[in-house]
Amino acid sequence: MAVDPIGIPVKSSREEELYTAKPWTLIWWRFRQHKLAVASLIFLVLTCLSALFADFISPYTPGSIDRLNTFAPPRAIRVIHDGQLRMPFIYALARTRDADTARVTYEEDTSRPIAVHLLVRGERYRLLGLFETDLHLFGVDDPRQRINLLGTDALGRDMFTRLLYGGRITLSAGLIGVAFSFILGLALGAISGYYGGWLDVGIQRLMEFIRSVPTIPLWMGLAAALPIVWDPLFVYVLITIILSLIGWTHLARVVRGRFFSLKTEDYVLAARLSGASEYRIVTKHMLPAMTSYIIAAMTLAVPEMILGETALSFLGLGLRPPVVSWGVLLQDAQNLRSISLAPWLLSPGVAVVLVVLAFNFLGDGLRDAADPYGR
Amino acid sequence: MAGFIFRRILWAIPTLIVVSFISFVIIQLPPGDYVTAYAAQLRHSGDYISLEQEALLRAQMGLNDPMIVQYWRWITNIVLYGNFGHSLEWNAPVSSLIWDRLGLTLAISTLSMLFTWAIAIPVGVYAATRQYSVLDYVFTIFGFLGKGVPDFLLALILMWMAFAWLNMDVGGLLSPRYQNAPWTIDKVINLLSHLWIPVVVLATGGAAGLLRVMRANMLDELGKPYVETAYAQGLSERQVVWGYPVRVALNPFISTVGWALPALFSGDVITAVVLNLPTTGPLLLQALKMQDMYLAGSFILILSVFTVIGTLISDILLAWSDPRIRYS
Amino acid sequence: MKTTTIQPMPPERLLELDNVHVHFTMREGLVKAVNGVSYHVNRGEVLGIVGESGSGKSVTARSIMKLLARNAIEAEGRIRFRPKPESEIDISALSRQSREMRALRGGSIGMIFQEPMTALSPVHSIGTQIMRTVMLHRGVGKQAARQRAIELLERVQLPKPAEMVDRYPHQLSGGMRQRAMIALALSCDPSLLIADEPTTALDVTTEAQILELLKSLQEEMGMAIIFITHNFGVVADIADRVAVMYLGRVVETGSVDDIFYRPGHPYTRALLQSIPKLGQAPMRRLRTIPGMVPDPFNIPEGCVFNPRCAHAVLGTCNVEAPSVVSFPGEQSVRCHFAGQLPEEVQ
Repeated sequence: MAVDPIGIPVKSSREEELYTAKPWTLIWWRFRQHKLAVASLIFLVLTCLSALFADFISPYTPGSIDRLNTFAPPRAIRVIHDGQLRMPFIYALARTRDADTARVTYEEDTSRPIAVHLLVRGERYRLLGLFETDLHLFGVDDPRQRINLLGTDALGRDMFTRLLYGGRITLSAGLIGVAFSFILGLALGAISGYYGGWLDVGIQRLMEFIRSVPTIPLWMGLAAALPIVWDPLFVYVLITIILSLIGWTHLARVVRGRFFSLKTEDYVLAARLSGASEYRIVTKHMLPAMTSYIIAAMTLAVPEMILGETALSFLGLGLRPPVVSWGVLLQDAQNLRSISLAPWLLSPGVAVVLVVLAFNFLGDGLRDAADPYGR
Repeated sequence: MAGFIFRRILWAIPTLIVVSFISFVIIQLPPGDYVTAYAAQLRHSGDYISLEQEALLRAQMGLNDPMIVQYWRWITNIVLYGNFGHSLEWNAPVSSLIWDRLGLTLAISTLSMLFTWAIAIPVGVYAATRQYSVLDYVFTIFGFLGKGVPDFLLALILMWMAFAWLNMDVGGLLSPRYQNAPWTIDKVINLLSHLWIPVVVLATGGAAGLLRVMRANMLDELGKPYVETAYAQGLSERQVVWGYPVRVALNPFISTVGWALPALFSGDVITAVVLNLPTTGPLLLQALKMQDMYLAGSFILILSVFTVIGTLISDILLAWSDPRIRYS
Repeated sequence: MKTTTIQPMPPERLLELDNVHVHFTMREGLVKAVNGVSYHVNRGEVLGIVGESGSGKSVTARSIMKLLARNAIEAEGRIRFRPKPESEIDISALSRQSREMRALRGGSIGMIFQEPMTALSPVHSIGTQIMRTVMLHRGVGKQAARQRAIELLERVQLPKPAEMVDRYPHQLSGGMRQRAMIALALSCDPSLLIADEPTTALDVTTEAQILELLKSLQEEMGMAIIFITHNFGVVADIADRVAVMYLGRVVETGSVDDIFYRPGHPYTRALLQSIPKLGQAPMRRLRTIPGMVPDPFNIPEGCVFNPRCAHAVLGTCNVEAPSVVSFPGEQSVRCHFAGQLPEEVQ
């Protein structure tokens, strides 16, 4: 504490700032202290961006088959050739077939480096569905060699490409599912928490009921009822709705709990005494006070959705090929043989784990920061 | 206490009715009905029935009645006669297909739950009493990983590791040569060597979540004055920790037993498909894929009923362990 | 009182604290909560300890029980306790979880806490909690322990003790819970009872009843009591002697009469003046102590009370820590100007 000439202590500027800071600034300050949550946020933003620009970042398209490149192992980008530093390159891959077992094996040809270039021409696609282009972020020039950062699957499709495209569907399914359950949860939670009484009892019963049903069998039952002939994209929307039909209860519980505690706050009473309408009290006074909690709860709900989608698609009840999602990709890794033959088929599983963990860390960080005036 | 149990059982009845109704709705959801499916099956095997015959069958089976009437018929058959309907796919009564699989599911779920607790409770207590120790951090990481790794992925990886490193064949519950053999010590050992993977898979997912809950509860409780009172009585640290805060911290635990059950059933479905276990999961999945809806609906109904009963039991357990609830 | 050589305790001594220091390591630094506290308790006497919150009175009491938080460091000092005339125990040499220490806790030293609402386990009946203590220290069976629990509940004047023994804390009122708490603390006839603000959370009527109970129990059972409070009125009611604490130090000790009628330390005087009195000239504003209790990281140089003291002399009080000045009749004051301060204007 600094002391001014007269001897009255003045608050330092930092303390002053803390005193007058807006709630969101305070939340941000507290959130910043969670290193893991910040790292998760950065990781998720990067993941979402690469999923969004999947067609530009990936060197190929998810459906492009290469019969001469099946189950190719992942290739490392190298910078040292013959003990000398050079521009990034990969070694060429030589394909041989074992005469006895008829199994295909690959060997790196360390005498043939192939340079990796930025911004190469490749297969045509529409960027964000708008501009038609054939520019890809990186690739190799050699027409007979491919760059497969994460290897290829049984049809020689590039796993890295498919992983990025799958991220689009899986992540958006999670986010859209949460958006749906957010609407349901917010509406029902708010009604239940604000009005109380028999409405509350009814909604509480409903939530308890949904929670007491085993989710996966119920999801499976609902998902299986979708006819196979329907358009895959429509199925995708319906699956997200099915996921959110069960996922909203948690959000509703958070909202209801906050409403209950806020209802008795003095400032809400003051607003009511000064004649504010119910609608105004809810939207202008109560909702802003719980926004941060809702955001935290939503963040924690995303991984549930992602895990749900992955599990359903993995079982073959959710999304179906040719739609590419992480769950769909993992269908290829269902049996022991393919895993022991091509462990890289599990890479979508690693992606799921990382994203789910990141959302959990982010949600935990947000939840801790949600109440900037506590402590 | 008796009054409390009675009230809880009364509460469970409407839930059971809703559960059964939803199961029936799921049976009805796919386009077409039992007769359509039956006709399709006949066509598949070369037989043929006319549209008139189909209509006659429908009338006979009452499929034109309003849904609520059909529901009533279905549920009374189940409750009064134990008749769950007929599975087209297997051409057998549903009830003959499900019971031993359900028994196995229940056995694996119960075993996993016990295993989950055997891990989560001591570890959670340890992590809380030795907060910020190395092991606490290790357990925290384990908790996060267990939450992030989907059950089926864990099953796949464990299966792969057992196969690649331990040279074990872990799919199914029994090696083929024991399949029809009489029960001997060898068969039991063989069963146990297969059983550990599903139990570990199911328990890991559950334990990771519960461990964090237990640790947080314990940290809350350890700071409360009654713990200091207990120390002031001259009790040793172990007597204090296990006698007082653990007892209180277990209450939220007990109240979630009922919710652990649905999670276990859910986890069991996927794990069982991956590991090829003869439990309800694979059969349910197959029934759903084939739209063998009487079989699927019965499974969903029975799993949900188990869950409702599980919740009921956990509520009663909670009341038994926490006097504050018992007397409120 | 600062002694480097260990002197034997006088025969009437039950407990003696000598120059006790307790520090806490925190993320923000080291907090010196207790800085050289010395006081003693004689057999069968009631010592009142008075001080504001943060003065270290509870921490000192917990260091007698060895119940300090894990981040506490018992830096210096000696605590001696003599439950029986022939056995003297050096508490400061015992470890927190040692068998001897555990035998003292609940056995020879009982403790009552401030919050009767939360100081009893919510999931065990009153009887169970008392029985555990009795069985632990007396080595008796369940039946005998239960009998003892009922007897104790009767002694603390709970109605229908045979029924109360099976009640849970949440079924009792605050005052009843505190009675149960006293029964628990007295379950093994301790020779010392530490009461840490036992009546602070209670309403005035209940407070008076609990004080009455404690006084009658003390007469009946003859144990000594350390009664910690921030309320001078309560001290006057129950204590034989008083120690006044400020910022981790005892600033003045003396008999109740000395403290109330001849307070020697400016802090004691200021505290006494901030109590409203009957028969005072009306319309006078109650006096308060200027300033705030300094935060524990910035303890003032010299006499810790000097920034708030009306009699502080710059150059002395803010430079040099005062030593203890003893007066006849066991009164001792830690002030540079002890005995030289002007008479108080009432």
